[in-house]
This record gives sequence, structure tokens and C-alpha cells, in this order.
Amino acid sequence: MTIAVKPSAGRAGFAASGLRRVLYDRRLPVLVTGVLFVIMYANGWYRYSFDDQVLPNLIINNCYLVVAAIGATFVILTGGIDLSIGSVIGFSGMLLAELVVKQHVPVGLAALIVLAVGAAGGALMGCMIHYFRVQPFIATLTGLFLFRGLSLVLSKDAIRVDNKTITNLSQYHIPLGGDRFLSVGGAVALVVVALAAYVLHLTRFGRRVYAIGGNEQSALLMGLPVGRTKIMSYAVSGFCSALAGLVFVLYIQSGDPLHGVGMELDAIAAVVIGGALLTGGSGYVVGSLLGVLVLGLIKTIISAEGTLSSWWIKIFTGILLLLFIVLQRVIGARGKGGAPGG
Amino acid sequence: MTALNWRGVYRHHLFWPAAILVAMLLFNLPFTPNFFSIHIRNGHLYGSLVSILIFGTPLILVALGMTLVIATGGIDLSVGAVMAISGAIACWYIKGLSNQNSLGGVAIAVLLALVAALALGLWNGLLVARIGVQPIIATLILMVAGRGIAQLVTGGFIITVLSAPYARIGGYALTVPTGVFIAAAVVLGMAALTRRTALGLLVESVGGNAEASRLAGVRARRITIMVYVFCALCAGIAGLMNSSNLADADANHAGLWIELDAILAVVIGGTPLTGGRFSIGGTVLGALILQTLKTTIYTIGVPSQANMVFEAAVVIIVCLIQSAEFRARVFGVFRRRPRPPAATPASIPTQLDKPVEAVR
Repeated sequence: MTIAVKPSAGRAGFAASGLRRVLYDRRLPVLVTGVLFVIMYANGWYRYSFDDQVLPNLIINNCYLVVAAIGATFVILTGGIDLSIGSVIGFSGMLLAELVVKQHVPVGLAALIVLAVGAAGGALMGCMIHYFRVQPFIATLTGLFLFRGLSLVLSKDAIRVDNKTITNLSQYHIPLGGDRFLSVGGAVALVVVALAAYVLHLTRFGRRVYAIGGNEQSALLMGLPVGRTKIMSYAVSGFCSALAGLVFVLYIQSGDPLHGVGMELDAIAAVVIGGALLTGGSGYVVGSLLGVLVLGLIKTIISAEGTLSSWWIKIFTGILLLLFIVLQRVIGARGKGGAPGG
Repeated sequence: MTALNWRGVYRHHLFWPAAILVAMLLFNLPFTPNFFSIHIRNGHLYGSLVSILIFGTPLILVALGMTLVIATGGIDLSVGAVMAISGAIACWYIKGLSNQNSLGGVAIAVLLALVAALALGLWNGLLVARIGVQPIIATLILMVAGRGIAQLVTGGFIITVLSAPYARIGGYALTVPTGVFIAAAVVLGMAALTRRTALGLLVESVGGNAEASRLAGVRARRITIMVYVFCALCAGIAGLMNSSNLADADANHAGLWIELDAILAVVIGGTPLTGGRFSIGGTVLGALILQTLKTTIYTIGVPSQANMVFEAAVVIIVCLIQSAEFRARVFGVFRRRPRPPAATPASIPTQLDKPVEAVR
């Protein structure tokens, strides 16, 4: 039957295979997100006469979300999900504020403690998922409740962080040439993106993450340490969430038990807009960065428009999510049978 | 009771949820001696158990809808947003009436809200079944955009209504909370439809393997769409109950995070998130467990800031007790009887590990 079809496909075959290669390329969704970002940015430039600082500001205002989304990318690549991100962000901010303001712990040590707690929390959830076969959705949901609860135990009210080191850090501007500058948080976010890209593409751990997301069963049969890798990816997510919490404190200079509520969904949405598949095994860190920037740009444009009410942000975010998902579906029924690559 | 019989009870899928619920209710007794007493005050039933039912019914309804969605291997994150939208539409319509107490007007408002819920469910179902979007993402869209839509309906304000017929939905009818009747009707209707006809089997077959069931002649897509529509309808009713109980529509806070509670209730009730199996009784028990937990926290006087930690700790314990692997590891220590290896991916590492250890 296939032979009968072949000749008629004949000449068109070459062009089709070229087109196919583009359509089946895993980088295409990232590229589409990038192009969309450029179009939106250019449109904003034209309509609201954006100045040079808009792009750095996008990173500055969304630095915590970038860091959180990178952590979420690791977990989503393994085919899991992490719902505890927002709570861990809130808890980290509270813990830092508590340690620095009330217990007078040096800022550096306090930050290390917070990061360790975040990573340990993530690893614990990973253990629950791997050893006790609790579904990731449920295990991290309990993490969401637990960390939100813990931050309420620390204090019911917001704690102002008026530490000199933190104030200095938050006001430090890294010059980028011209009038442009980047905050410390923004720089941290970019460093995290670079590190994550390195880890995912150039280390054994990164390959294992992709392999497990591609097919956990085959990864297991290939002898990859599935359990360890999974637990580690949740630990990475917990670490990134804690870091995002620290960056958030730098951004807002207070700890509040209600900070970061629902931020896990923003992070997951950003990862999806960045072109990753929630089934795992396909996606890029750069995509997640672009996803966050696109979400941030929506807010910027809506506030620049001035006449639109704030709920339009939610509706536009939803519409954008929809567009991307439909696009992913149209690009291919790919990912269904034997995803290309490995 | 013979040992064999006892094992049958122990193995029953409702054993753990029921045991947890009973344990939780009994736990209250030392703290609140009259916990189980029910009396009539002002023509209404009154007591701790009744208040668990009143506040628990919206969750039961949402969880029931969620059960079928999860049984097909899906998930619905948009139920909270659907609740907000249905409450917003009903209150918006009633607010515009010249006489807010007119029965016909309230009926139209309820109808409008439920039609909107149906449409939203259809949207979710079409995205999942026709376009083939992963359920968690398909419903995430509505979860994010839905609250925006609800705010659009209410204009960003909290709409308060003063309508006696509307208040009935979240109030009392014949001395019993109206919600109990609604929930009972939904449970009975659902049980009859899914367990007395082949529908439940079809839903489970779609959850087990959508493609295989399609090839076997099951209209998998139609069933998937139906399940999402049903879930949204349940959420819509729950939204009306919630909004009627509070006599307002708050687009920001109505049904906030109820999707998480509902999913938790379903899982505690023994329906796996992987689909292919579901338990209506388990879900009702699961929702009651969560509501009892919340009530317990208030009645035993846990300091309010420790509420969530307490809740999280209990939920973690409940989830771990539900995990067969956890029970095997913890309780298995006390048991001599070797367990047959289960044919799950979990058993593969142990099988691989064993020879290595033997060599060592």
C-alpha cells in the first residue's frame, strides 16, 4: 500500500521532508515563542514608545518568576509537576525575614539555610513520589499546604526586612551601557538560566532528566538511576523556588506569609508557553525564560494601555495559553508515537 | 466474625477512607462531648455533624464531578473558576431584577448560570477530546481566564443580593440543609447512571486506554466531553450554593483553590489519578474527611496560624496510608507473609537490585 502512494508523493516529497524537518524540530515551539515576543515587543515599541529600560525592567520585575519557572522546567521535563513552588517562595521569604530580622543571623548564612531548606523540602516530596508512589500532583499539593502553613506559623503578619546588606543589594544597579541597568535579582535570574541550560544539555544529570521524561520505563531498563534523578529534579525545583523567594525579598524587601500564592501556576504556564510538553522529555530552559517574558510583557502592555482593567491580564494570559497549546497541537501530532531524538 | 471475613472488610476499597473518617469523628469526642448530638433549633437541624454537611456539600458536589473526569485519566483545574462564574452570573441577573424575591427571576438566574457552566464544560471537553490538549493544561486555561471572566461579569465588584428564594439554595429546606438534598440527588443519579448502566464501565475503559476503547467501539471522545460537561455542571451548582449561602458573588474568592481540595478528596477516596477506576462512595467519604478535618481544627482549638500545618500533616499521613508501597514498608515489618511482587514499574528496581545484592 505504501508503495502505491510513494510515486505520487514523488517530487513534493523533498519539499515536504524539508518542511517536515522544520515542523518536527523540537526547537520550533521555542522559536515561535521568541518570534511572538519580538512581535509583541515591537508592537509595544511602536504604540507606547517603549524606552531602552523596558527590556531590562521586564527581567527585573519578573526575576523571581524566571527562577521559579526554571525549577519547574526540570520537574516538568521528567514528566512530573510541582505545585509547591508558590508556597516555597512565600515560606523562603518568611524564613529569611525571620532569621535576619528576629534572630539576627548574618544574611549570607540565612540565605544558605533558606536554600538548603528549599532543596530538602523538594527532595522530601521527590522521595514521597518515588518510594511511596504518591502521584506528583498530590505529593506536591501536600507540599503546597505544608509550606504555606509553615510560613503562617512563622508569623501571621508581614515582616519588614530593613537589613542594611539586603537594602544595599536591592538598590544596587548593574549598568548595562546607556541608561540601562539590571538589578541583582535580574542578574541572578540570568545566571540561573545559563546554569540550568548547562546542566540540562551538557551534564549526565541533564540527559537523564530528558531520558526519564521521554520514557521512564526505558530509562529504567537502560539502567539509569531513575529514582535518584527524579528526587534530584524535585530538589532542584525546591532549591530554585527558595532562590526565587530570596530574589522576591530583594525585589519587595519584606516577607509575607501570603507572598507567591498561585505563583506555581504562573510558572507552569510560562513553561508551557515556552514550548515544553507536560508529558515530559521535551522543552528548553530558554523557552521558559521567553515564556515568563511574554507573560510579563502582557502585563506591561496592559498597564501601558491604561484603559484596560486588570482582569484583562488574566483573560489575555488564558487566550495566549490557548493559542500556544493549539499551535503545539497543530505543529504535530508529534510526541505521540516515538518522539524524534532521544 | 471469621478471619477470612475480616480480611474481606480490610481489603474493601472503602475500608481506609471510612476508617479515617470514623477515627477523625471519634477524635473530636474528648474535645467536644456533644459532638454527635443533633437537635432542632428555629426549625433547623443543628449540630456539629450538620455543619460539616452544610459546609461540605459544595466540596462533595465538585469532587463528584471531578471523580468522573479523573476516572477518564483527566483532571479539571477550572472548577473554582466555574463556581465563580456561575455565582457571578446568577447574582448579576438577580441584581438587575426589579423584584429580587420573584421566584421566576431567580429560576432564570439559576438556569442562566447552569447553562454557562455547561458551556464552559463543553469548552473544556472539546479542548481535551477534539484538539487533544492535555487535560491539566486545557483546564488551566479556563482556571486562569475564568476568574477574569467572572470579574468581567461582576465589573470587579462584589455583588450582594437580597433574595429570599435565592438564599434557599444554600440554606434550609424542610429543616434539612438544601445542599444535602442536592448532593444526595447527584450521588443517587450518578450511581444509577454509572453503576446500573454500562456508562461507568465505558468511562473506566476510556480512562484505562482511550485508544483501545475507541477501537473497541466506545465513543471515547463523546464520553470524555460528557464527563467534563458533568464536572462543570456540578461546579456550577456548587457555585450557586456557595454564592447563595453568602448572598453575594465574589469573583476573586468564590471557590478559590477548591479544585485542589476536590482532587485531594477524590484521591483520598481511592480513585487513582491515573484513571480507569473510580469510587463514588469513596469520593463522598474523601470530601467528608477533608471537611471534618477543617471543622476539627476549629473545634479542638488548634492555634489559628497552625491550621494549615496541621491540615497538611494530616493530609500527608492520609496520602501515605493510602499508598500500598508505604503500607507494605511500614506495616510489612510486622508481617511475616511474603508479598507477591506486583507487576508495576515499582517492582522492577527491586528485581534488578536483588541479584546484585545476592552476588555481593
